Amino acid sequence: MNTAGKIFRYQLRAAVRSRWVLLYAGFFFAAAEGLLRFGGDSAKAAVSLLNIVLMLLPLVSILFGTTYLYNARDFVEMLLAQPVRRLSLFTGLYAGLTVPLMAAFVIGVGVPFVTHSFTSSTPSSGIDASALTILLFAGVALTAIFTAFAFLIASLCEDKALGMGVALVVWLLLGILYDAGILAIVWTFHDYPLETPVLAMSIANPIDLARILVMLKFDIAALMGYTGAVFEKFFGTGFGLALSASSLFLWIVLPFWAGIKVFIRKDF
Amino acid sequence: MTLLQTIILPIVASLFLLSQLTAKTFDVYPSGGALARVVALAHAGDTLLLHEGVYRESGIVVDKPLSLQGQRSGGAVVLDAENKGVSILFIRANNVSICGLTFKNVAVAYTTDNAAIRADNVRNCVIENNTLDNTFFGIYLAKSSFCRIANNVLTAHGSHESSSGNGVHLWRCDSITIHHNTVNGHRDGIYFEFVHTAVITQNLSTGNLRYGLHFMFSDSCVYEQNTFRRNGAGVAVMYTHNVHMVNNRFEDNWGAAAYGALFKDIDDSEVRGNVFVNNTIGLYAEGCNRSIIEQNEFLHNGYAVKIMANSMSNIFTHNTFEGNSFDVSTNSLQNYNTFRGNYWSRYQGYDLNHDGVGDVPFRPVRLFSLIVEQQAPALVLMHSLFVELLDIAERALPSLTPETLVDNEPLLKPYRKPFSHSSLSRK
Repeated sequence: MNTAGKIFRYQLRAAVRSRWVLLYAGFFFAAAEGLLRFGGDSAKAAVSLLNIVLMLLPLVSILFGTTYLYNARDFVEMLLAQPVRRLSLFTGLYAGLTVPLMAAFVIGVGVPFVTHSFTSSTPSSGIDASALTILLFAGVALTAIFTAFAFLIASLCEDKALGMGVALVVWLLLGILYDAGILAIVWTFHDYPLETPVLAMSIANPIDLARILVMLKFDIAALMGYTGAVFEKFFGTGFGLALSASSLFLWIVLPFWAGIKVFIRKDF
Repeated sequence: MTLLQTIILPIVASLFLLSQLTAKTFDVYPSGGALARVVALAHAGDTLLLHEGVYRESGIVVDKPLSLQGQRSGGAVVLDAENKGVSILFIRANNVSICGLTFKNVAVAYTTDNAAIRADNVRNCVIENNTLDNTFFGIYLAKSSFCRIANNVLTAHGSHESSSGNGVHLWRCDSITIHHNTVNGHRDGIYFEFVHTAVITQNLSTGNLRYGLHFMFSDSCVYEQNTFRRNGAGVAVMYTHNVHMVNNRFEDNWGAAAYGALFKDIDDSEVRGNVFVNNTIGLYAEGCNRSIIEQNEFLHNGYAVKIMANSMSNIFTHNTFEGNSFDVSTNSLQNYNTFRGNYWSRYQGYDLNHDGVGDVPFRPVRLFSLIVEQQAPALVLMHSLFVELLDIAERALPSLTPETLVDNEPLLKPYRKPFSHSSLSRK
């Protein structure tokens, strides 16, 4: 694991020196700052930001992660000629990408909210700290999940163009088509009590889970009537929180583990 | 106590005996049953000046035109029922006025509607500047008319609807004025049944367990500059014609069954200049016909307006819709209401000739709200990218949303009233 640490540190230094992490952080900073400044209400800004986080963050993570591993091909081959375990190399590369992305997101979104909550005159307009925590947590988890997917895809597909295509398809599936599926099921089986199946389906998709966790923090449960009550009750319990946390955890671990399996057997 | 009684009562009695033909003023001091006795002794038209202290009495029947006044200079004049017995004051005569008193601790009862003040079958009563605390029902008028209820502060601390009473409760009354009262913590803040031509102005109804305002079968009443805030289920009004609701505020009624204002079978009414802010559902209309909803502001509600298909011929004009999750929601593809000249913050059209009216019609019903109306569990998809895409597609090529529910003259800026009355309503 020491080797993994070394590779991680090296990657981290490279990331800090290059401009892309700064750009990424700058984008989130600009978005959050702009929404807070011109949107007025910070709860509303957080909801708008939620849309960006749910749409862009997985897309950037998965596309950027895929190209990252493809571009690191020479570096990987060079290191594999040395006495370096593949597991350490994979872990180091993954951490070297994911940690700067997470940090960029947390700093980019967190700083404007924190400064605005200090400078805002009315205490009621300040965003609920727990809602911001959930939003940041959701973003961090989504980053980890989609970079893990990216590494799995890049390890699986030899062809770069194919890999990018698959990455896009995964994003489309989880980000858009999955919700279309939920809607189709709700529509088709509307004669049945659907709260529990819909709940299960939402927990099974990390983007939906993140969205619902943040939404419940903004009192939107009241809008949702009976369904909202079921959701709020479920996520209010320790069991519900544990289940959603383990779902997110599984979504990180499974693609990561599969990626390692493929990476170890891969013929470079 | 007995000492006081023996001293004061003779004084009072002698005053009474010496009284001239004209109306007299009696000074009343607290002692066991003193108030009831003086009320019994007094003549029509007399004034009872109650001095500071606690009167531990209830069930006092005022059966002649008297004026009961709390002494202004001293401390509180408290009528404390000590959670025993029945209502504190029964008004059974015309022209009674009750001013400047504090009523406390009326017993909760499940078979009788105990209240601080109960008026039955009277005219011209005046109930002003009183403070009511923990009084089950507050001010209860039945079959009465031409009364004035003003500047009272009513507070209750109930936790269950079944064991709480209403603040101002009117049954079969007409021509009542209810002005500048504050009602808090009751079951319903203001409750009317079969009340006609009442005027309700500048009241503040907050934190009531069920409704801030609740009326049925109460035609031709006027509601102006009232504030209904954070009530359990908001405001619900039903089965009434000719309601005038002007410049009221409906605020912070947030919950699965809370409404800024729920209108059921409200016909030929006027809803003008009201502000609906932070409600789950701002205005819910079911079976409402021929009403005019104009110059209202709907801000930051879950649903701004939810209008059911059995509502017809209503006109929505010059309203402002801003920051609502859903601007208008309905349960049908048919629409028999008119939306014209409103401001919609979601509007994205343009105005080539700069007349302040957008050139592109606006369709306030999102496809998603239509889906949700039919399949409630679909609401979990709110803020989902897929749903946003659906809405964009529907807006580009409307095919599923109600064809006639469209604002052909959407305003580019919120309608500005000539003079803002809403600033006058109580904060």
